[in-house]
Amino acid sequence: MADRPGARLVAEFAAALRRGGLEVPPGTSVLFAQALAAVGLADRDLAYWAGRATLVRRPEDREAYDRVFAEFFECRLPAAPRPRQAQVTLAVDSGEDGGESAGPDPATESEATLALRYSATEVLREQDFSRYGEEEWAEARRLISAMRAKAEQRRSRRLRPHARRGRLDLARTVQMALSSDGEAIRRAFAAPADRPRRLVIIVDISGSMEPYARAFLRFAHAALVARPAGAVEVFVLSTRVSRITRQLSSRDPDEALAAASAAVEDWYGGTRLGEGLASFNDRWGTRGLARGAVVVLLSDGWDRGEPDGLAAEMGRLRRVAHRIVWANPLRASPGYEPIARGMAAALPFVDDFVDGHSLASLEHLVEVVAGAPR
Amino acid sequence: MTETSAGRPASVAEVSEALAAHGYLADEGLATTIFLALALARPLFLEGDAGVGKTEVAKVLSAWTGGELLRLQCYEGINLAQAAYEWDYSRQLLHLRAVEATGESARQAEEEIYTERFLVRRPLLSALEPTEGPVPVLLVDEIDRADDEFEAFLLEILSEYAVTVPELGTIRAAEPPVVVLTSNRTRDVHDALKRRCLYHWVEHPSFEREVEIIRLRAPEASGRLAREIAAAAASLRELGLYKPPGVAETIDWASAVASLGRESLDARTADLTLGAVLKYQEDQARVRAAGLSEMVRAAVQRSG
Repeated sequence: MADRPGARLVAEFAAALRRGGLEVPPGTSVLFAQALAAVGLADRDLAYWAGRATLVRRPEDREAYDRVFAEFFECRLPAAPRPRQAQVTLAVDSGEDGGESAGPDPATESEATLALRYSATEVLREQDFSRYGEEEWAEARRLISAMRAKAEQRRSRRLRPHARRGRLDLARTVQMALSSDGEAIRRAFAAPADRPRRLVIIVDISGSMEPYARAFLRFAHAALVARPAGAVEVFVLSTRVSRITRQLSSRDPDEALAAASAAVEDWYGGTRLGEGLASFNDRWGTRGLARGAVVVLLSDGWDRGEPDGLAAEMGRLRRVAHRIVWANPLRASPGYEPIARGMAAALPFVDDFVDGHSLASLEHLVEVVAGAPR
Repeated sequence: MTETSAGRPASVAEVSEALAAHGYLADEGLATTIFLALALARPLFLEGDAGVGKTEVAKVLSAWTGGELLRLQCYEGINLAQAAYEWDYSRQLLHLRAVEATGESARQAEEEIYTERFLVRRPLLSALEPTEGPVPVLLVDEIDRADDEFEAFLLEILSEYAVTVPELGTIRAAEPPVVVLTSNRTRDVHDALKRRCLYHWVEHPSFEREVEIIRLRAPEASGRLAREIAAAAASLRELGLYKPPGVAETIDWASAVASLGRESLDARTADLTLGAVLKYQEDQARVRAAGLSEMVRAAVQRSG
């Protein structure tokens, strides 16, 4: 609109925000234009807040907004373009480079191919993820994507029509009465329906978990996309905890895992299980996200923090969650005892302690999560 | 429709003053967002930790504008019947029986029972109906507790300011109500709903503001006590507690200490009244272990 000198400014600011990593749908920039018209441009702070209220919808975006606003409205020289999240080599998906630093050796590759053709899926199912070659990964990816973990059922407060049981459903009774000249001959009922509990998956992505984390993340992705929004939440934990549900919810697993890896900075770093769980509890868990949920922890239990801290946080989680399942890739090793300090501290609060090293153990995990008797 | 100054405030400053006059001290960000919500007739979406005063905003807006406060507390499984409208089925059945006795036809009876007389209005519908005087304030509290089916339905209502009752037709607000949605962010509310709204993340207040809030909301507490309580609360928030105290708790704490007849905070009183500000046993134990008397002394010193 020509009589609106602000229109150009708004469009340019929206474009700057998009470059800064914010999602700015056209509708919201129109809203911003209206807000700006309402507060005027004379006062910097009011313009700032007009944009905050209309263009920012998540607290995580505040920092990016502040930066772009400062650059844009205060005509500071824009800082050197910050590199977008460094392209973290995607170990999650790096079946292609086989874990070795050297390039793929054609000889071993064909060997692996041969081995796989020879081996039945049965062998693959029992094999430890850490011993996988490229071909095995390709096959395993497909198998894991077919696993749709779903938490056990619970009674919902929503009522569903039921033939004979439950409360009288007056709405339908009146409807039926109308078709019989106003006489309520047949009565309709409604009973509480069952709904699956929320499933919260927390994947340890510290250095020691590297061979397993990619399988677990794929497992989490398969569960996430198979269920309606909000039914499954996924977190990763190493030196701190990050929620990756949003990044992981793209249908295409490779795309989803790439988005997740770009959003998290500390892949395969150290472990602070206790502190990680503490911030999970503070920011999400005890606020309601883990309440009544089935919580699955995928970790080897190696923790460099204080075991007392981990025990306290497990206790807090235990008091809100319905059930805690811990899948440990080391558990299947011969002679394994849960003596890693973290594991020993956490174990008293765990309802189900299961394996987590192979396809078979993930299949078993699906059953455990669904509440099958173990 | 009567014109009220609150319907379309002229400036952000006017909003701040009016809120303050009704017992709510908003910072500039919140005041601007509220101003915009009223000026652009958009819903206000407030997110933040529990106890930072999100729900209070709706209450104070109602007190200021004079619009009736219609509160919808969300919970898992909430549906149309509990949020918007429901037919009064028992009365409908009774009516059908009565009609039958007088020998009217069922067809006529059907027309009769689906009239406004048998409609039970819930907050969402009430908010859209014509009122005498100022438009109502609709508070949709803790939207993050409802499930996403309900969010979709709410989005529909908030974009059109209309509800369609199949048997009656569409009920549309002549003038949109003031709408406040709150969320504790236990989960992310759908982006489409947020895009409809003006969004504000409500922070814990600064020290000076918190002192003012305590003075305003717990007038029985002395000025000195208010400063000490605010300083102590600030230290508590730095201890990494499970539930750091919100403004609601500090107000309670100030009232609790004042009602014991204390003009100032001392270690013993703090210990006795700790339950007003910390609601987890672990948090209380942690603060006591970290040295409550030390903390109180430091807070009293800093506030001076």
